[in-house]
Amino acid sequence: MSVSESAATPGAPWRIRFDSWSVGTVVLALILVSPVVAILGLAFLPTENIWPHLVSTVLGRYISNTLLLMLGVGAGIMFGGVCTAWVITMCRFPGRRFFEWALLIPMAMPAYVVAYAYTDLLEYAGPIQSVLRDIFGWSSARDYWFPDIRTIGGAIFMMSLVLYPYVYLLSRAGFLSQSMSVLEASRMLGYGPWRSFWKVSLPLARPAIAVGVALALMETLNDFGTTDYFAVQTFTVGIYNTWLGMNSLPGAAQLSAVLLAFVLVLIGIERAGRRHQRFHETAGRHMSLPSYELKGVRATAAIIICAMPLIFGFVVPAWILGGYAVANYETTLNNNFVALVQNSVLLSAGAAALALLIALFLNYGARLSGGAVVKVASRFASIGYAVPGAVLAVGVIMPIAWFDKTVDAVSTALFGVSTGLIVSGTIAALLFAYVVRFMAVSHGAIEAGLSRITPSMDDASRNLGATAAATLRRVHIPMIRGSALTAMLLVFVETMKELPMTLLLRPFNYNTLATFAYQYASDEQIEEAALAALAIVFAGLGPVILLSLAIRRSRPGHDPQ
Amino acid sequence: MSRLRKLQKTKIFLFVLSVFAVPAMDAVAANEVNIYSYRQEFLIRPFLDQFTKDTGIAVNVVYAKKGILQRLKQEGANTPADVVLTAGFSRLKALKDAGLLQPVDSAALKANVPAKYRDPAGEWVGLTLRSRIIAYSKARVADGAIQRYEDLVDPKWKGKICVRTGSHYYNRALVASMVAAHGEAKTEAWVKGLVANFARKPQGNDRAQAKAVFEGVCDIAVMNTYYFGKMKFNKKNPEQRDWAASLQILFPNQGDRGAHVNVSGAGVVKHAKNRDNAVRLLEFLSDGFAQKMYAAQNYEYPVKPGVGWSDEVKSWGDYKADGLALVELFRLGPAAQRIIDRAGWQ
Repeated sequence: MSVSESAATPGAPWRIRFDSWSVGTVVLALILVSPVVAILGLAFLPTENIWPHLVSTVLGRYISNTLLLMLGVGAGIMFGGVCTAWVITMCRFPGRRFFEWALLIPMAMPAYVVAYAYTDLLEYAGPIQSVLRDIFGWSSARDYWFPDIRTIGGAIFMMSLVLYPYVYLLSRAGFLSQSMSVLEASRMLGYGPWRSFWKVSLPLARPAIAVGVALALMETLNDFGTTDYFAVQTFTVGIYNTWLGMNSLPGAAQLSAVLLAFVLVLIGIERAGRRHQRFHETAGRHMSLPSYELKGVRATAAIIICAMPLIFGFVVPAWILGGYAVANYETTLNNNFVALVQNSVLLSAGAAALALLIALFLNYGARLSGGAVVKVASRFASIGYAVPGAVLAVGVIMPIAWFDKTVDAVSTALFGVSTGLIVSGTIAALLFAYVVRFMAVSHGAIEAGLSRITPSMDDASRNLGATAAATLRRVHIPMIRGSALTAMLLVFVETMKELPMTLLLRPFNYNTLATFAYQYASDEQIEEAALAALAIVFAGLGPVILLSLAIRRSRPGHDPQ
Repeated sequence: MSRLRKLQKTKIFLFVLSVFAVPAMDAVAANEVNIYSYRQEFLIRPFLDQFTKDTGIAVNVVYAKKGILQRLKQEGANTPADVVLTAGFSRLKALKDAGLLQPVDSAALKANVPAKYRDPAGEWVGLTLRSRIIAYSKARVADGAIQRYEDLVDPKWKGKICVRTGSHYYNRALVASMVAAHGEAKTEAWVKGLVANFARKPQGNDRAQAKAVFEGVCDIAVMNTYYFGKMKFNKKNPEQRDWAASLQILFPNQGDRGAHVNVSGAGVVKHAKNRDNAVRLLEFLSDGFAQKMYAAQNYEYPVKPGVGWSDEVKSWGDYKADGLALVELFRLGPAAQRIIDRAGWQ
């Protein structure tokens, strides 16, 4: 059901329009949850009990590595993301307008590609160590010490580099939407810029920052490419070992269920922590935010703060990949490069649009309904993000196959015509999978946006005779335009990089930039993968720039020159 | 506002239409064979193109590393797939056990593939062999110092051995072959001894281990033959030739059970719509041309006896392969994984 359809529903006066939203929300949520339910179902299939073995051997290591990784990445992205967002939003310094969008670029880099690039740079045979050896006359690795990149520390560094933009993007949207009057009050009460930041801005932006951190951490939790390459044994690696190594898909499903429970508890704790905090903006939307003019040392410091993530997250890996791409472009160009780009961009755009529509519907359905069922359903619709990609792909196959078989059986019974597979192995299956996986991303962004709109807006609109759908269209959507665009951008970039589900669910002879890059990268032939990997980044650049401008325009008063 | 929405609606409608148009167009092609492949497409594309050239049969491929079995299972009788290609034996066996393959009785396959490399019931055939070899530094390890996998646990190699993660299926299969030869208790002691001799925490793929020997991080590496071939004859990255040049390779256990081997292979899907084409493809892949190409391009060993090994593969010399039935590797896989976990081979 789409938003506009239900708006067109001719409602008899006694028919509660509000119901179509509730029912729609619950049904949509059920469809989106079905793959995860299918995985949980797998967990109950008979299998040997894997737990005693896991508990007595590797489980402790899986858990401690995973927690360490999450702590490290969490700290890294919060520091990098919030600092840059604050400086960009509240200060004026040379290059600010460039950094505003450029800071998003590393997000388009697949983490495993960055990991490969840095390994090539920093390993023994790489340029840095070679130069060091030439200078100091060392002849082998035994003559000197050099930090090892293939460690948990290295993995934290790699993932922080490509994931901080989540926090940057969402906390920036949070800072931008803050009411001027609150900040003015803070300044009038005698708080300086720093105390205003700690006491007012940061707590006000907390919902947005929390969404950004939660998304990035789930991404961290599910990462397989980087952790596998660096041989950091995380919980996700354990899931794959159980599935493929012990030939136990049910065991892997049980581990996935534990991972899921862990994520839900984390999210629950975060939500409980701000249950009694509600921030709605009431006025001052179009007033300029204060901006601190930075000069001299401070301006230089701001430039350095913004340049560091960009240099390490984009310039260095892109420079390495660029070198390979120049030397190996034929392999990629011979493989119908244009079609690869087209497939990737169309799929990602389609997934982004669909995910946005559904996230709007779910969030608005939950907002309209006071009922706990609808609210819970809306929230649960986004748990697909908490399951490792390849496992979720298996989960996605099951409801799709069920749908195909049911349609086939009905059609055969009624018309004697077999419909075969309708959705399985089509792009529709891929789009469904992306929406299931990335619903958390758009749902979170939209939820953060809607939560800032005071319910009195809804009341006013409805009192003036607008329907629920019209209120959404004419009041909410314009007000959360920034969040909506953020949601689209995130899903677009995520889909461009997505791998395990694309690999398994795609139609015959169908390649995207990510699958093309992967087949070489997984064989550690990063040279052949370089051009496609760079193309992923550059295809993401256009939307990044456009949407960044649109987000800035979403606060027209804020345009410090 | 409403015009904009209409435009958006039209766009969405067109997009949805195009989504369904793609598979519909695929279905038009009749003379074809559809492959679900665990093997990377770029490794097999040259053979498939030749097959199409020879027979006029179009070949469509989906490559995925995980989950093909589940996709096949769920698609059931309506699956479009005709053939599954795998990179290792255990996937073949799992497919067979799940009842997703069908027996093929082909004189050509029987003639091309020795009995020990195909399913007695005819549900799968092996197509290439890879041997897990030991490579050591020419400069730092004396010839003859290592003869067998068992020698790797000698305390004199403490801090000298590099190998990839234990749970990688190459290593899991190697450990399974050790379990078959020595039983679980002895194998666990062997894995523990191996881990004790590691120069560094396992990381990277087989090629990275060879590189580490070249770099002096370690003296001995365990790797698959074809990675060595890809390094030794690398045209694009000449530095990899230096890595290979610094290494001496060794087929272990030549005096007893032989070097551990694994097969890549294929099977015909139970509900294949293009069964005849599928069988033709298998016959093609097991026959002279493709077998030679496996050796020349991918540095794998052909299963077909008498097929000329490429000069590169020949240069490594003849070797004796472990005669262990492949089914055993599969059966002992979970036990091997447990040993790997217990011994702390990360």
